[in-house]
Amino acid sequence: MKLFEYEVKEIFRNEGVPTPAGKVITDPKQAAAVYSELGSSSVVVKAQVLVGGRGKAGGIKFATSTQEAESVSSELIGSSIKGEVAKSVLIEPKLNIKQELYLGITWDRGERSPVVIASSKGGVNIEEVAQTQPEAIKKIHVDPQLRFEPFMGRKLAAEIGLNGVLLQKFGEIATHLYTIFEKYDAELVESNPLAITKDGEIIAADARLNIVDDALFRHKSFDSKTLERLAELSMLERKAKQLGVQYVELDGSIGIIGNGAGLTMATLDLVKFYGGEPANFLDAGGGSSEEEFTQALGILNENPRVKLIFVNILAGITRCDDVARAVVNAKKNLGMTKPFVIRLAGTNEVEGRRILSENGFKSYSAMEEAAKEAVRMAEQLSR
Amino acid sequence: MAILIGKESRVIVQNITGREGSFHAKQMLSYGTHIVAGVNPGKGGTKFLDQVPVYDTMQEALRETGANTSIGFVPAAFAKDAALEAVESGVALTVLITEHIPPFDTWKIVNYALRKGVRVIGPNCPGLISPGEAKVGIMPSSVFSPGKVGVVSRSGTLTYEVAFQLTKSGLGESTVVGIGGDPIVGTGFIEILELFEKDIETEAIVLIGEIGGDAEEKAAEYIRRNVRKPVVAYIAGRTAPPGKRMGHAGAIVSGSEGTAEAKTRALESAGAKVAQTPDQIPKMIEYSLRH
Repeated sequence: MKLFEYEVKEIFRNEGVPTPAGKVITDPKQAAAVYSELGSSSVVVKAQVLVGGRGKAGGIKFATSTQEAESVSSELIGSSIKGEVAKSVLIEPKLNIKQELYLGITWDRGERSPVVIASSKGGVNIEEVAQTQPEAIKKIHVDPQLRFEPFMGRKLAAEIGLNGVLLQKFGEIATHLYTIFEKYDAELVESNPLAITKDGEIIAADARLNIVDDALFRHKSFDSKTLERLAELSMLERKAKQLGVQYVELDGSIGIIGNGAGLTMATLDLVKFYGGEPANFLDAGGGSSEEEFTQALGILNENPRVKLIFVNILAGITRCDDVARAVVNAKKNLGMTKPFVIRLAGTNEVEGRRILSENGFKSYSAMEEAAKEAVRMAEQLSR
Repeated sequence: MAILIGKESRVIVQNITGREGSFHAKQMLSYGTHIVAGVNPGKGGTKFLDQVPVYDTMQEALRETGANTSIGFVPAAFAKDAALEAVESGVALTVLITEHIPPFDTWKIVNYALRKGVRVIGPNCPGLISPGEAKVGIMPSSVFSPGKVGVVSRSGTLTYEVAFQLTKSGLGESTVVGIGGDPIVGTGFIEILELFEKDIETEAIVLIGEIGGDAEEKAAEYIRRNVRKPVVAYIAGRTAPPGKRMGHAGAIVSGSEGTAEAKTRALESAGAKVAQTPDQIPKMIEYSLRH
């Protein structure tokens, strides 16, 4: 789960990471009051969205008066930043930044541990820096027994060229950030830029925290946020989420449902390889029951882009007969009229095929054959 | 011979009385896997299917049966506890099927296993199978057949797909290992490549990767230096829309874009062949073995 900047900054503050004073508002009319309250002649107004690259997409603006704060806020609230509508803005005093640092913690798959990453060249171009000047990126892999100790933060600080009081402050911030990483079961915690101000302070100008969805069960305080996020999804996406299936909408006309992310991705690849365009990615997961599979088919039925449904199942935990019955059910009970192309193999394949053929469905054993048929049918339907 | 599991494997199933555990224990038994014990705290002294003794603890199960392998079907919230118990008990190999285990839990399991010298496969994986010898996993047995191709994969069902194609072509598989798709896994591509390279039964290797991360790029580097057997790879997700970005840290850590193109480039420059569709894989293997 991704958190909004203002939510993350609240967590940062509570854990001792310095952040700018600021207020989040949902109504532009509140902007003037916030501007006066902050008591800074120049403020930054930041659209609260979860997508990355917000600054480059015009989601960050500045204001130097109450009027401007209000007009800028009303521009940003309700606007779409890279396809995501900003419901609120965060207003903060503009910092006098002397240098932009980068500090982030995530999981390193290769090393199988968390990694703390720092750079003296933070800011919007940090990824370019990583590519072109890898020596400007410093990392510490966290030892599972030692975990993260303040000296490691100071070591990183020294490696990116800080000394004296700044080194000490950076070390403390890194330690707090690691505490947050563990405490919140994060997959990412990041401050970019982590700003050194002209007054010699280090402040998290921006803040990100993504919590691992799999760990949300032990962070009950986020339950209400989970519900809020759910409410923001499209109707079909919400349905998919509640069903526990992975569903992504795309631009084509071939509806695709598979079991397992890898096989479903490969199905999309194959459809494209033969010249077709997938309408979606739907991974029904392993071991879905007949009922669950029927409901997943219902999602594709309701998606108006989907002109035909390509079912690609190689059953392990899932059972082919359950899938076959789900298809038959969907046709009978959901009144589905969209044509099917069905590929079934694996557990209870014979039984599954028997059910399908008894109900007038053709089925395939090889996914290449089925994919070709789906592409052919899509072309026919579009004529 | 195969790798990691075979006729000599003596397997304990953790949570053998659970819904998934009992279903797959049955499947494994009927495949011929030596399931020597089940472990369910509180159900010690009972028998599974009137034949497999169930114990309260891993330690007891190991002492009574001389098992060397375990497989866990324990729900995510309790999986860490069960996996640590398995590692501590002294099995040589433990397979974690469970998905949705938080990475901090996996980190703890993996590091404890490292200290104890125990190999962990998974989590969030289909397990492994040495066709004709033993299955310690949840894959549908019918798509596999004994043969000469070693398969290692980050995916689940896509692995079955590829094995199915190898079976149909008559090549068959020596061992098929699903290493799991989580950020932190017990065993990676490289360790399995190393085992396949040494295994006399394995004549060629199939590596199945996915977009994201840099495990395939690292595997490519290993192949370049250490693998003489032919390797055919397949990367799923070449047409996936650009995913939602996860801050900058991911890209900074790996220094790789994690795209199918980047992975294909890395693998091909290391001397591996990369298939565009699953059904090209057997043809490429056959070609490599002839030349």
